[in-house]
Amino acid sequence: MAREQAKVHREKLELTLERLGTTTSIDDLQVWAHELRDQLAVSHVIYHTANLRGEQVGAFTYGIDWVRHYIAKNYRAIDPVVLGALKRFHPMDWKSLDWSGAQARAMMREATAAGLGNQGWSVPIWGPSGEFAMFSVNHHATDAEWEAYTRDHAKDILLIAHLVHQRARRIISGEGEPPSAELSPREREVLARLSFGESRARVADGLHISENTLRAYIDSARHKLGAMNVTHAVALATARGIIVPNGALPKY
Amino acid sequence: MIRFVYAEDLRAFPVLAESMFRDRAEQFGARLGWDVDINEYGWERDEYDALNPLYIIWQDARGRHGGSMRVMPTLGRTMINEHFTHLTGGVAIQSPLIWECTRFCLAPGAPGRVAAGLLMAGLEMGLRFGLDQALGVFDARMPRIYGRLGHSPDVIGSEGAGRDAVSVGLWRITEEALAEIGRRSGIRPDEVAAWFDASFSAPALPEARVA
Repeated sequence: MAREQAKVHREKLELTLERLGTTTSIDDLQVWAHELRDQLAVSHVIYHTANLRGEQVGAFTYGIDWVRHYIAKNYRAIDPVVLGALKRFHPMDWKSLDWSGAQARAMMREATAAGLGNQGWSVPIWGPSGEFAMFSVNHHATDAEWEAYTRDHAKDILLIAHLVHQRARRIISGEGEPPSAELSPREREVLARLSFGESRARVADGLHISENTLRAYIDSARHKLGAMNVTHAVALATARGIIVPNGALPKY
Repeated sequence: MIRFVYAEDLRAFPVLAESMFRDRAEQFGARLGWDVDINEYGWERDEYDALNPLYIIWQDARGRHGGSMRVMPTLGRTMINEHFTHLTGGVAIQSPLIWECTRFCLAPGAPGRVAAGLLMAGLEMGLRFGLDQALGVFDARMPRIYGRLGHSPDVIGSEGAGRDAVSVGLWRITEEALAEIGRRSGIRPDEVAAWFDASFSAPALPEARVA
């Protein structure tokens, strides 16, 4: 029963992530953030950039009043989450940050009054052109509940953080798709074999590599294509002509 | 005990940092004969140490380095993607779920539980942060050590022969691997979790914490 529920949950999250691929504006992303929040069953989700094209861009489920207040008070300059993430690359539990400053504590009280939860988890995102962004999940929960939640969801949140950032980059830059040149012949071959239905075991066997190595190649190709999952990666690679449907590799 | 320390926080641990970089010089320069840079203080450091990596370091009872490794996300600059893609099938491995672990080093005469502790600390970290695999580069004697500890990497590619061989490999990050190394080494998983918490958790405040 629990396994069945987990499967349904997984499928719903996949659908939510597929819909991320259809967002074409920051407003779309804002609407999508609400769907993601419901899917993750948390109080809030927040994505924001720090220096993409100089301006701050965000998509969030916080109330607009809190966001305006945060900007007006320039809390970015003293927010322990932002300050912590700027020097780190690991996902951070908000509890682990330094909240001892008077300003940080004042911000915390005001945020609580504005309806934010007492727990948070933030993923620092360092992009390929040196840009910095953050994706955070905020929730009302006890420490024990939050520990259990983050243990279960750390992997999903890490993946989602980078997918949202890749989407936002494309929306902001107006670029259609990233160049396909980044994919190595090995990654293209893996996707080509998967595209004509070979199982992972068979692909690994055919290429004389271990299943873990295959897994790393697939994860890598998926990230470079900005794909939500393996099926999506194969579809994107086909659509962009990186692989061709009959399984042959393009000649370049 | 094991500490997780970012490069820019090493200044808070001068004895630990100095003994780590000296032990690295001993292992990679003197013992293995790798072409590494050793500075005027006898420290082995490379360009990746300047990119604020995270170190996982065993600190012995005297406060000195017992063993360590260096961790970086594969979405940023990494040693393997810049110098070892001839051992990865030509693939620059880049995923938010895969981090690179390099410069796995043991102090001369370090007890066996140091290597086990470091591997367990790496796995604990990966499980907490949601990672899937660790990517590493290692010398010929390491696969046997890793195997004895209970967690062998999958080798993607190797170059050189015998004692001079260098390989790139992957470790899956799983609860099972953590438990197996613990069973063989006698290091309790709750001990490892406590090390992680000591490094990554500030004392909690009584009030609500919000940003």
